[in-house]
Amino acid sequence: MNTAQNPRRILVAIKRVVDYNVRVRVKPDGSGVMLDGVKLSINPFDQIAVEEALRIKEKGRADEVVIATIAPADAQSMLRNALAMGAQRALHVVADTALEPLAAARVLLKLVEKENPFLVILGKQAIDDDNNQTGQMLAALWNRPQATFASKVELTDGTARVTREVDAGLETLEVDLPAVVTTDLRLNEPRFVKLPEIMKAKTKPLETIPLASLGGAPGLRVKITKTEPPPARQRGIMVKDTGALFAELHKRGLV
Amino acid sequence: MTAVLVIAEHAGGKLNLSTAKCVKAATSLAGAANPGTANLGTEIVVAVFTTGGSPVAAQAAKLTGVARVLEVVHAANEHQLAATLAPQVAEVGQAFSHLFAPSTTFGKDLMPRVAALLDAPQLSDVMSIESATRFRRPIYAGNAITSVEVAAGTKIVATIRTASFEAAASDGNAPVETLNPSAALPAHTRFVSLAAAGGDRPDLQSAAKVISGGRALASADAFKLIYGLADKIGAAVGASRAAVDAGYAPNDMQVGQTGKIIAPELYIAIGISGAIQHLTGIKDARTIVAINKDSEAPIFEVADIGIVGDLFTIVPELEKLIDASRK
Repeated sequence: MNTAQNPRRILVAIKRVVDYNVRVRVKPDGSGVMLDGVKLSINPFDQIAVEEALRIKEKGRADEVVIATIAPADAQSMLRNALAMGAQRALHVVADTALEPLAAARVLLKLVEKENPFLVILGKQAIDDDNNQTGQMLAALWNRPQATFASKVELTDGTARVTREVDAGLETLEVDLPAVVTTDLRLNEPRFVKLPEIMKAKTKPLETIPLASLGGAPGLRVKITKTEPPPARQRGIMVKDTGALFAELHKRGLV
Repeated sequence: MTAVLVIAEHAGGKLNLSTAKCVKAATSLAGAANPGTANLGTEIVVAVFTTGGSPVAAQAAKLTGVARVLEVVHAANEHQLAATLAPQVAEVGQAFSHLFAPSTTFGKDLMPRVAALLDAPQLSDVMSIESATRFRRPIYAGNAITSVEVAAGTKIVATIRTASFEAAASDGNAPVETLNPSAALPAHTRFVSLAAAGGDRPDLQSAAKVISGGRALASADAFKLIYGLADKIGAAVGASRAAVDAGYAPNDMQVGQTGKIIAPELYIAIGISGAIQHLTGIKDARTIVAINKDSEAPIFEVADIGIVGDLFTIVPELEKLIDASRK
């Protein structure tokens, strides 16, 4: 294989989740959350991942941005949307049920082996199960570096310098490529999709891959036995003026 | 036999408080696994990854409930990077049924890499422990709480939600064993620098008091009002998504489902209507105060103390009253 002739490729893994503006409600029987008729969108952190890949390509540091998802058959519109943002191709691994993070990472590894990207970008976590695991697991299985919670990514030949949002502040790492990067909120602001791009995206290549053909399986080692709403907050008191507000805060030892 | 390995978080020769909270969580597992028999049959071990001779191992040895401390020594441990720590944790973790680390950026970065190396499932943000195989954790930014179960005999990797557990006391005296890992460590990831956040102001994620401003501030300049009040009471400063989108406050200050999810003692929402995505980020705050001119704003449905009025009048008045009380 002549690597010099291979396109410099970025793989972006995205997930379809309940839209962040939806008020999620727990089913009365505790069997899960209500998903019927609820608006589904690309995970916000994954949208940032798509945007970052496109910006790297636009700076001339990548030739191709490939989007991948593991989702039910009706998730195609999300992929078309990512293509409309500017990606070149999409891979749709069709799975009827959600995969556990480690199972998802194994499937993504198969795609990585097939596509040979120099960079894989994912959101740091999906806002449905809030696991924050898949990117790190992929990096471990691939035996490559990870730079999680990125707020800045600078590429040089063969390495990436990534600034990470950590509890202590901003940590900068240098990683050899290929590597896995997961995005934090501050990395960029995703672009809006324009109508002509949506039309153009309809003809971009979208490959459908059955989960089983990759040897993939849902995982299912963590069984959810019950889903409950969190303890409700009680509506408190209203105060009539600033003096009363201060008195109440002072009484509670808060100022 | 249940054996819990707690991965210590530390920096600058100091054990992070989150480690004591993980030990407490491990103790609650011990109690849950064997009701009424305290720690019988459960061993809690803390692993500290250092370059050798660190005071951190001794600090961990004091934590109540800890049976042993393993100080794992390697030159690569100067910086606590997931890529170099994970093979060491996986090596030490072979002998344990449970591996815990705090659900901080340190633990969130490290533990999935460990779980993949060990082919173990991970439970993120564990908030309560019902038995050695049953746990509770939040999903949808805390809008739903799930009970999860893992088959007995499955190795479990978990990150512990530190806000849900108290810190273990420090009256123990566990032995410290030193260990040199044999796992090959990668050189593909290198530490460059760490810049501390936010100057003198407390860190938004861990601050006891947080004051946030919303769209009603109407300009970046007016947002100074929020900083002024925050500095007066030693609070961190946050912002609603609307305020961030409008450019009144930087992105890293965003509180909410897609921003920072926080649980301070006091949260004051100023000129924030209370969109769902904001409320999910603050619902674990102890006391929520809302200042808003719209009496119908949803923020009042969750506020412990609410006041309807003009923030540009109320905030300066409140500052004056705080000043007066300190004279």
